[in-house]
Amino acid sequence: MSATRAGLRPVITGIGAVTPSGIGTEEHWRSTLRGELRVGPITSFDASRYATTLAGEVTGFDPADHIGGRIILQTDRWTWLGMAATGFALTDAAYNPAAYDPYATSVVFGAGSGGNDFGQREIQRLWSRGRQAVSVYQSIAWFYAATTGQTSIQHGIKGPSGVVVSDDAGGLDSLAQARRTIRRGTPVVLAGGAEAGLTPYALTCQTTSGRLSTSREPRGGYKPFDRDAGGHVPAEGGATLVVEDPASAAARGAPGVYAEIAGYAATHDAYHHRDPTPDPRWYAEAMRRALADARLTPADVDVIFADGAGSRDLDEVEARAIHAAFGAHAERVPVTAPQGLTGRMSAGGSALAAVNAVLSIRDGVIPAVGNLDDPAPEYRLDLVRVPREAPVRVAMVNARGYGGFNSSLILRAVDPATTDGGIR
Amino acid sequence: MRRTAITGIGVVAPGGTVRKEFWDLLTEGRTATRRLSFFDPTQFRSQIAAECDFDPAAAGLTPQEIARNDRFVQFALAAATEAVADSGLDLGRDGADSADGADGGGPVVAVSMGSAVGATTRLEDEYVVASDSGRDWLVDPVYASSFLYHALVPSCLATEVACRFSAHGPAHVVSTGCTSGIDAVGYGHQLIADGEADIVIAGATDAPLSPISIACFDAIRATSARNDDPEHASRPFDASRDGFVMGEGSAVLILEDLEHARARGAHVYCEITGYAARSNAFHMTGLKADGLDMAEAISDALRQGRTDPTRIGYVNAHGSGTKQNDRHETAAFKKSLGQHAYDVPVSSIKSMVGHSLGAIGAIEIVACALAIENRVVPPTANWSSRDPECDLDYVPNIAREHDVDVALSVGSGFGGFQSAIVLDRGRGDR
Repeated sequence: MSATRAGLRPVITGIGAVTPSGIGTEEHWRSTLRGELRVGPITSFDASRYATTLAGEVTGFDPADHIGGRIILQTDRWTWLGMAATGFALTDAAYNPAAYDPYATSVVFGAGSGGNDFGQREIQRLWSRGRQAVSVYQSIAWFYAATTGQTSIQHGIKGPSGVVVSDDAGGLDSLAQARRTIRRGTPVVLAGGAEAGLTPYALTCQTTSGRLSTSREPRGGYKPFDRDAGGHVPAEGGATLVVEDPASAAARGAPGVYAEIAGYAATHDAYHHRDPTPDPRWYAEAMRRALADARLTPADVDVIFADGAGSRDLDEVEARAIHAAFGAHAERVPVTAPQGLTGRMSAGGSALAAVNAVLSIRDGVIPAVGNLDDPAPEYRLDLVRVPREAPVRVAMVNARGYGGFNSSLILRAVDPATTDGGIR
Repeated sequence: MRRTAITGIGVVAPGGTVRKEFWDLLTEGRTATRRLSFFDPTQFRSQIAAECDFDPAAAGLTPQEIARNDRFVQFALAAATEAVADSGLDLGRDGADSADGADGGGPVVAVSMGSAVGATTRLEDEYVVASDSGRDWLVDPVYASSFLYHALVPSCLATEVACRFSAHGPAHVVSTGCTSGIDAVGYGHQLIADGEADIVIAGATDAPLSPISIACFDAIRATSARNDDPEHASRPFDASRDGFVMGEGSAVLILEDLEHARARGAHVYCEITGYAARSNAFHMTGLKADGLDMAEAISDALRQGRTDPTRIGYVNAHGSGTKQNDRHETAAFKKSLGQHAYDVPVSSIKSMVGHSLGAIGAIEIVACALAIENRVVPPTANWSSRDPECDLDYVPNIAREHDVDVALSVGSGFGGFQSAIVLDRGRGDR
């Protein structure tokens, strides 16, 4: 494993999603293409006293459908959602890690806020009832590595595994670390992320970001690129991608190859701990470097899955960044942000955006911007209003994290003639 | 492939909140473990910790940096400031694009920082207020302070470091529990090797000494209960060891493309020639006695730099002082290093500075770099009785002068993570 194979382009051979739009990839995708708004009043607790009362919840989810009862007791909802998404992705890729060399597979997930429900419950027990009341599982349930660790154990995975945290950009950054890991000789990496922050204390913490919508009407909650954009709503859910050395995918007879990771770059604004910079330069620079890494030009990009922060100032900066990076092509390339339908799920959201991009490449259809009623014309972007059928060969997926993280990923359809995998 | 040099070091550790004090503590074999003083620990099974006597204002933090950040970020900002100054790099002045040239072509400066538990302490403190001592599940949002989102997601750590030093390259936090420090530095090494960055501000930090942290390790009896003798409670590899002693702290290293470091005439402590990780896929907290997966990580890290195990002059053990860990890694050293495992000095500085969870991996890399630099191996303090299953040379109690050309540091953590990193003085071509 000593040599690094620079330039190797890993491929995506499996995807799984558990989101407010659906438990399972196809259910999520159908709902997304239908434009179903899945933001609503929080039902998991009485949120009426909080500034934000709306969220995208995963409803009808029973962890027992996805993981064993003993593991359920030891883990937080965040881990359940991540492990369920991983189960879907492995099935999709027809890959069972336990059937291969245990060191041939890794898990690298993006994490957000960890095990909120479990953590709040145990801190409450400590302070109300004393230390004897604290669960023996607290030390392994709430910390940010819990989902990665449990996933490696469940599937017998012993390759180099990790956890990256970069707020909402974490899902894309996990795919970048997956690429580094594959280039160093591990054939298969599970990447992505999940989040479950809909508990009283985690919601309270989120409201201090200054970025949450205070709308009481679901339609008014999270409106990327809309004139009435007023913040976002939090959501739970996530997505997992099976990322693979193309030679490994061919050798094991993977059912298909969705796309390759053609390029990636990340920058940081390094501007202010909270306030977004009005300067789009570093965000644009991430897009430029990702294109250069993929050896592509703006004209090659068929769609941008945007960060779509859903506030006027951040949307405006994003529009200017796209113009800075794409020049004359900025007004021609379709831009979408279906997450307006669900809300934002931290690192899980950018992992899901990558899955949505993969599905666009697979089906030749670009989903619409979620919950967009009145596009801000001054952005001068081709915001997708209804699902648009078009061949998608190259998709750029962008994500920004609170504090100034900018990540850009390029996914590209794989020409069947150039691999043994073939496009689905 | 590009090579990674270490050109700057900063430390905040128990018993020494700058690099020199830290090294003095280690080489004098003093321990910084004591009865917990941050809160009354009487109800807890383990009442011992390795605490930092840290003054953030004296470390140069601004009042607003102090106010908005949990202690774990404060440590990191102090350690990073010392490391950047040590490197001689002129970071932190934006505007002239000196830090990273999108336009100017300057070096790309990245941030790769580790933390196992992030802002746990602040989140707990604020929870206690908002829930009125855990009375109310529906916490009162009126009592939420302004910076709770900053605490909720630990990526604030990378943001704060990036902002302080105008680092516009890739930035992330690595959070793999107790191997976070090695992994964050290892990922930083990968960024340089792959050409994604020219300079990386890399390290780790944790400040977990809060009631919930003590309680959750109490619950699984992982920590030492030697409450009547805190100074001698952390006893790695000793037959009477009874668990780890929780600590806190941070270490930050400046990683730099070796060519870049040479071109500017920088002092190079050593190079990173290998980093590898494995998982045991066995148990979230349990370890198999055979040490197989840690041995795999060690062997891979050595292969990357084509390092013969016999060149290793110092092994910095994870050495947490739990029964199972010290057995596990002793077996791992034998499996990966062969006969040389019996010849090479192996020590655990956790005997002196405790186990600061995610931070300790970076602190231990610093100990290795300073061992190479100063040709001294730090000891394992509190060692007095041999465990038949731990039969290596653990450098008991007294530091040892020893020419170290290659140092190996390892970590093992909840979730089954096993990591190894190799530092090398260089190959005589500097």
